[in-house]
Amino acid sequence: MEIRKIVELLDAEIVCGADKIDEAVKYGFASDLMSDVLTLDSEGIMLVTGLTNLQTIRTAEMADITCIMFVRNKEITDEMKALAEENGMVLLECKYSMYKTVGMLHVAGLDPVY
Amino acid sequence: MELKYEVSGGDFTKAGYASSAVKKVLKKLSVDPKIIKRIVVALYEGEVNVVAHAYKGTISVDISPERIFIRIEDEGPGIPDIDLAMTVGYSTASPAVREMGFGAGMGLPNMKKNADELNVSSKVGQGTTVELITNLN
Repeated sequence: MEIRKIVELLDAEIVCGADKIDEAVKYGFASDLMSDVLTLDSEGIMLVTGLTNLQTIRTAEMADITCIMFVRNKEITDEMKALAEENGMVLLECKYSMYKTVGMLHVAGLDPVY
Repeated sequence: MELKYEVSGGDFTKAGYASSAVKKVLKKLSVDPKIIKRIVVALYEGEVNVVAHAYKGTISVDISPERIFIRIEDEGPGIPDIDLAMTVGYSTASPAVREMGFGAGMGLPNMKKNADELNVSSKVGQGTTVELITNLN
């Protein structure tokens, strides 16, 4: 699914990586537990999370995740944005709850990792 | 090639700095991206463990054409029961570590999954040494 479509679907804001929104993600994975994210083997994952700290970006960097959707209208810090930009990531934010975000993505056809 | 990084216990703002640096080096060396991911995920888990549990630590990385050898040595409380620490779900992490998205008792098991060889040794009251070996061929 194209990131652009996800932005439209969730009425999301693009925090950084606007030049990459025509790229696509294959799977969605929702978690606030970064330990779970680090166990994933799949490629082309968009992480959906409400955890806003630097380790969210670091975890995505190590797990080769290049697109993160932050839910629940959380604030993304300048340090997070800078680290994401350094790693060529797309950061998005939406005001919906995790449950609603995941539900909408699932109905729209974004596959789960498992 | 040998690389060395210092890790400060408790400083979550810098956790992952060494893993990120190693990832960049491995990319430059054109190591298979799937192998890079396994290495840096295991290393990052180890780096987070030092930040979460120890006072300070050192990460040494030795890269040769055949394999990558990583040693993570820390000065800290040590692990009284390594078998128990290797059990999925067992954790002694603080609430602060859990707020960072870690501390679910998955670190050491995930390091084992992502390395070809994992050696853990520890002395209570002194510290822990973790060795990660990844074959490149």
